[in-house]
Amino acid sequence: MEEMKEVREMPSLPRLGAPAPQFEAVTTHGTLKLEDYKGSWLILFSHPADFTPVCTTEFIGFAEIYPQLKEMNTELLGLSIDSVYSHIAWVRNIKEKMGVDIPFPVIADLNKDVATKYGMVMPGESDTETSRCVFIIDDKQIIRAMIYYPLTTGRNMDEILRTMQALQATDKNGIATPANWRPGDKVIVPPPKTAEMADKRVGEGYECSDWYFCKKEL
Amino acid sequence: MACIEPGGALSPSGVDMLKAMKEPMTAIEIAALSSQPVFKVRSSMRELVDAGLVTTDGERYSITGKGKEAIQDQ
Repeated sequence: MEEMKEVREMPSLPRLGAPAPQFEAVTTHGTLKLEDYKGSWLILFSHPADFTPVCTTEFIGFAEIYPQLKEMNTELLGLSIDSVYSHIAWVRNIKEKMGVDIPFPVIADLNKDVATKYGMVMPGESDTETSRCVFIIDDKQIIRAMIYYPLTTGRNMDEILRTMQALQATDKNGIATPANWRPGDKVIVPPPKTAEMADKRVGEGYECSDWYFCKKEL
Repeated sequence: MACIEPGGALSPSGVDMLKAMKEPMTAIEIAALSSQPVFKVRSSMRELVDAGLVTTDGERYSITGKGKEAIQDQ
């Protein structure tokens, strides 16, 4: 008897610096395409399921940072493997019970199309739910950061906001940001790439611990 | 549907966008005038073009006669 083999197509996962996978999806704000967000930064994030407590705290958290994100030309787009009716009911429930308006769209990814393209389902955790993934996509639709949290651990909104601030500061000023950087802190001057530039660096007026490790105010 | 209900009625945001279109405009211009995010305007314009309420040259959008009729009593 011929052996039956299950063949599962495994799409390649998104990578930092690569174009974000395009999609068209039904959302609580109508049918949206990724290309609709061109010119804006986008935080695409998944949650395991509607009407669950950790996800509810996260949605409230995302709604709280949304005004700051808007000031940074950044939109939010949620996703889970639930129907659009479930999403609408849950968003209304959050408004009714918690008094928080959820202003951003949520993808109803019942066929897992977007979740598969972005590698949001972690079979080791669950085959039927998306894990807590965050994809920061820039205004040219390039993936700039990816953060993954397990089902049991709610995300840190402050870190998502801080990462956005760091990425935009890098793009604007051509710098890097040190550990635990916050806006207002000194930033890292990119290290010189030649011996000649290394000799020059120390006299350039930066705060240098050594030729490769210099900081400056923004 | 973002701006047209299954029965064909326009949503409030759809009405706002059509009312903002006094002349051919880009999605960014419509977004600024209708206080809607750009992504929502782009999505809505696809629906409005399909419904014959708006035409586009690929960059700018213009309201059609049918579109003007649709917002006449709004």
